Amino acid sequence: MTSLRHQPLAHLALAARREPPVADAGVTLRALPYRPSIILRGESGDAGFVAAFRAGMGFELPLDPNRISSHDGVTALWLGPSEWLILGAMGPAGQGRLATALTGHHHAIINNGDGQQIIALSGPRARDVLGKLCPLDLESPDLAPGHCARSILARCSILLHPQPDGAYHIHVGRSFADYAWRLLADAGLTYGVAVASGD
Amino acid sequence: MLLLSCPWCGDRSEQEFACGGEAHIVRPLAPEDLDDRAWGDYVFMRRNEKGLHFERWRHVHGCGRWFNVARNTVTHEILAIYQVGDDRPELPE
Amino acid sequence: MSGESNRLTDGGRIDRTRRLSFRFDNKTMYGYQGDTLASALLANGVRLVGRSFKYHRPRGLMAAGGEEPNGLVRLRQGGRAEPNVRATEIILYDGLVAESQNRWPSLEFDLGALNDRLSPLFPAGFYYKTFMWPASMWPRYEAVIRRMAGLGKAATSADPDRYEKQYAHCDVLVVGAGPSGLAAALAAKRTGARVILADEGAEFGGALLGNGQQIDGRPAIAWVAGIEAELAGAENVRLLPRTVVTGYYDHNALVMLERVADHLLQPGPGQPRQRLWQVRAKQVVLATGALERPLVLANNDRPGVMGAAAVQTYINRYGVRPGRRAVLFTNNDGAYPVALDLARAGVAVAAVVDVRARAPIGWRGDLDRLGIELMADRAVLGVVGRKAVTGVQIGKLNEAGNAVVPGLSRHIDCDLLCLSGGWSPTLHLLSQAGTSLQWDARQGCFLPGKARQAVRVVGAANADFRLQDCLNLGADAGNAAANDAGRRRRGRGPHKPLADVEPALTPPRPIWSIPGTGKGGGKAFVDFQSDVTADDLRLAAREGYRSIEHVKRYTTVGMGTDQGRTANINALGIVAEALDVTVPQVGHTTFRPPFSPVAFGALAGGQTGPLLDPVRRTPMHGWHQDHGAVFEPVGQWLRPYSYPKAGEAMAAAVDRETLAVRTSLGLMDASTLGKIDIRGPDAAEFLNRIYTNGWKGLAVGGCRYGLMLGEDGMIFDDGVTVRLGEDHFHMTTTTGNAAPVLDWLESWLQTEWPELSVYCTSCTEQWAVAALCGPNARRLLAELCPDWDLSAEAFPHMTWQTVAMGEVAAGLEARIFRIGFTGELSFEINVPAGHGPALWAALMAAGEKYAITPFGTEAMHVLRAEVGFIMVGQETDGTTTPDDLGLGRMVSRKKEFLGKRSLFRRDTMRQGRPQLVGLLTDDPGHRVPEGAQLIAGADPAPPQRGLGHVTSSYHSPNLGRTFALALLQGGRARQGETIHIAYDGRAVPATVTGPRFLDPGARAK
Repeated sequence: MTSLRHQPLAHLALAARREPPVADAGVTLRALPYRPSIILRGESGDAGFVAAFRAGMGFELPLDPNRISSHDGVTALWLGPSEWLILGAMGPAGQGRLATALTGHHHAIINNGDGQQIIALSGPRARDVLGKLCPLDLESPDLAPGHCARSILARCSILLHPQPDGAYHIHVGRSFADYAWRLLADAGLTYGVAVASGD
Repeated sequence: MLLLSCPWCGDRSEQEFACGGEAHIVRPLAPEDLDDRAWGDYVFMRRNEKGLHFERWRHVHGCGRWFNVARNTVTHEILAIYQVGDDRPELPE
Repeated sequence: MSGESNRLTDGGRIDRTRRLSFRFDNKTMYGYQGDTLASALLANGVRLVGRSFKYHRPRGLMAAGGEEPNGLVRLRQGGRAEPNVRATEIILYDGLVAESQNRWPSLEFDLGALNDRLSPLFPAGFYYKTFMWPASMWPRYEAVIRRMAGLGKAATSADPDRYEKQYAHCDVLVVGAGPSGLAAALAAKRTGARVILADEGAEFGGALLGNGQQIDGRPAIAWVAGIEAELAGAENVRLLPRTVVTGYYDHNALVMLERVADHLLQPGPGQPRQRLWQVRAKQVVLATGALERPLVLANNDRPGVMGAAAVQTYINRYGVRPGRRAVLFTNNDGAYPVALDLARAGVAVAAVVDVRARAPIGWRGDLDRLGIELMADRAVLGVVGRKAVTGVQIGKLNEAGNAVVPGLSRHIDCDLLCLSGGWSPTLHLLSQAGTSLQWDARQGCFLPGKARQAVRVVGAANADFRLQDCLNLGADAGNAAANDAGRRRRGRGPHKPLADVEPALTPPRPIWSIPGTGKGGGKAFVDFQSDVTADDLRLAAREGYRSIEHVKRYTTVGMGTDQGRTANINALGIVAEALDVTVPQVGHTTFRPPFSPVAFGALAGGQTGPLLDPVRRTPMHGWHQDHGAVFEPVGQWLRPYSYPKAGEAMAAAVDRETLAVRTSLGLMDASTLGKIDIRGPDAAEFLNRIYTNGWKGLAVGGCRYGLMLGEDGMIFDDGVTVRLGEDHFHMTTTTGNAAPVLDWLESWLQTEWPELSVYCTSCTEQWAVAALCGPNARRLLAELCPDWDLSAEAFPHMTWQTVAMGEVAAGLEARIFRIGFTGELSFEINVPAGHGPALWAALMAAGEKYAITPFGTEAMHVLRAEVGFIMVGQETDGTTTPDDLGLGRMVSRKKEFLGKRSLFRRDTMRQGRPQLVGLLTDDPGHRVPEGAQLIAGADPAPPQRGLGHVTSSYHSPNLGRTFALALLQGGRARQGETIHIAYDGRAVPATVTGPRFLDPGARAK
């Protein structure tokens, strides 16, 4: 069934472009493929809920604002005091395991993977290019790897997930993917843009 | 462009927030017991202060939480930021 | 003019090995790397650079920086042409093309100059006095005035260049890279603070670039180079030359315009022409310097009258001699070093005229050595010459400075008059930041008041005019700003360099205008760009204007593109004198952003054209595009409006789609509907409070239509919500209201009802929705779901099921809602968004035998209106209650819900409220426009009492005619009556009907 899954940026035919890599491109853009993910709702202050998550998933849910935690290919990103994005291994089996663990605690699990596109922005000028569109202080320690932040990219809502290698994973709603991609590609022109495909 | 300190996310630019108008307006528990004027006051009448103003903001492009702000509407000085449900802080007019 | 006749043989910061050619008014000229257009024009002996705004008087350059009021040119050509650029701010490049403005047919011979001869007809407020009657003629007057008075012409073709915006954050933003700014930036940098240093010039150094001062025993400019090198090498510092801070907003948000490529023939590949910075600074240090004021005297606008400091800059920075024989006229010490520099550059200095009784002692020796005559207690009364200065008239003023002492007048020949009327700290940004300014009568200028934001003011901007003070206080301010931003340097305080010894300052003598020699002495200009004279201001005072804000608007003083940088203080002084009050009593006008003009292109940045606003695409967007859809924006979404076939008219396509749904089968992309996952033990109670109708009784597996009101009782949104589980609902909202509804729900949950355990989470993006509608909908779906019982009994109307679709539909798992918006048998098929295209393709392929027809929003509107379904935002406008639309049955009497009390207010219960009705025009082919007003009679002539308006209007192929929905006062009781629909001066008769035109009956079951 995965093959039926249509990628939000398929119309740009990014893989087929095979443009010669821009030798000294300031930034590289990449549309990451589908990853199963969910939004998890529950109360940070509900010790039972937090413990149940730990028991079911084998790691701690990040309770501090804008922090992330990871374990065994699964990453939990803090979105709000009662909201997390759980990224990876959240297909039916993973979801079932989590739902079972959380039984009896007030929570909600909302499928999210189809509704999102992650655009990876990397390269030596990634921060400058992102800084054209996003009002966050990207040099702040609050945005070091290990953190995440919801904000805006020009006029659409994003979740920003800085990577250890200086790249940014920018999560946008599926319907905004084309807009966000074009914004970034245009902003990157100043420093040269390369397009990469795949992971 | 204001700089608001979200109680959860810290300093963020005004663009990430939506203002929800005057704070501390409590919905009457028994609306049907109110006459038209009293109900109209609750629905329509706002203080529109020049100076100290208590208002609600939501971090819409962030954690999604509503919170309260005490702001001077003349100078835009932010005098206090506090959680929904907390009492209005004591501030000089 | 013979080449660079006024270029000095050596000196200056120009590179004489790099000669640049440029054209001004179609003449080719040459300058050097390091020149501005202004310095190059002066070097080439060009004195006349423009004609004035109102009187078309010949004008020359007066300044060397951003305060230049006269030297406005049209720069570049074609789409890149930019009007009203100050020649003093244009960095010269090879191939530059510029032309003068506001002259016809040529700069030298300008017909508009007749205005000057006719000037008694053009007093202050002239436009208001002369052209206001009759009012109907104003548009014609305005066209003529526009042609005669005005500035440059904008480009008419598109600008080919890129512009961009950039956010930045820093601990300390230093504005201005003169001595104070550099000292501040260095001190802040050494604490480790994140520093941004911005200066509007191409080079750092500020005033040091134009005067010959020394720091630490060497030329100050070498000190500048050393600091710049240290700052440039630091990771925590961003240096921005050619960057003007244009706005200072709340909470230390500042906007800066960086001229990235304006100094190049054209931008490099990918390079923006300009970049607009939006900075958030923890601390700001304003080192914006001061502006030298001209002195107001007769004919002080003749080409060859210049600011003394500007002349010094032209000599020392650009190696240009702006004249051959100079007179300097001053009320302060500023002109003295200029006189010395002029003499050293080989300009004959005829005299230094000082209006003060006591001229400063410190400069006397140097003047004597160079043989320069010092005329203390004298004033230049007027300028002689028309297209250029040929001499000045000198006399003595009385003690009050308001009359000429007769008999002491003297003429001196010269071609250059340097004026120094004292210094005004550049406090525009500080004022924008909300700081009040304090008048200092002794220095005759405004000083910074108590700051409201985290800002410090240093250097000449703080009226500290001695270099040593600038260096010391600048370093202290930079260090303190960094400390306040949380950065601290261990151990030592900031380093403070030593300036060379400066002569003690003698206080200036503030004097706002030099009395003339009587009538006909010539105009004494205060605002050169707006052509406002001292007499204009006095006239305004005589006519009763008291507030400076009113004087400004009446006389237009300070309203040019320079915002009166050189004019405002003199104007205040003159108005105060005329009213016989003090300057603070007159007050100063409000400084507003931008400090310097900003091109619209820079404000728009990259977000233009397709990037102006998000364009949201549904998962099936590509299919629609490939199949000829014509899109319409719905909120930020693009939705197919219709799918016209080749050669098919739009109206015909909509009719075809509408018919197909009623007769066989249609398919619509409904993915844009807002979707909210609502979950928790109190979910049903929550919905009960949100919607007007009851929700506790809805069984799991059921769907229900709901209506949401604001607390004012007016309809806010509607949609179908389904019960997924005991504590779990899936709400749909209208396309445009998805975000507002979620905000609304969250505001009640978070602020008013925290006791409810409910989570609301948007899942709009997660689902693709295909609405399958028409008599053959069940038949087709059954083929795609062979293992499923889709009969009306097993899958009744207003229920939903999770369905495993068959092989034809690629085995997709779908949530199918048996609901619809067309009145026909309908299934809304929800699949994860990525599966949307596969589902759509499967439905289209399998539906071929039923002539399945994709339909767009217009057919959907016709279909829903035919059966009387309302559309939020069309039948509602924020003043519409459920009862107005005939939806009273949706309103529960038993429970409390948001907005309920408002439905029982006197106004919402009154008779005669607009009510939803149908309208059928007498002419069945006549389609009236939506929004048209309803009136009673057949005569549309005003005045009319409006009875309501048309909310929806369509042609229906199913009805074989047009029809409309409308809100009509007391409409439900008027069925059968004839009313008239007024638009375009006509009154179209129509019959009032019920709001439902068609009943699909049993086929919808």
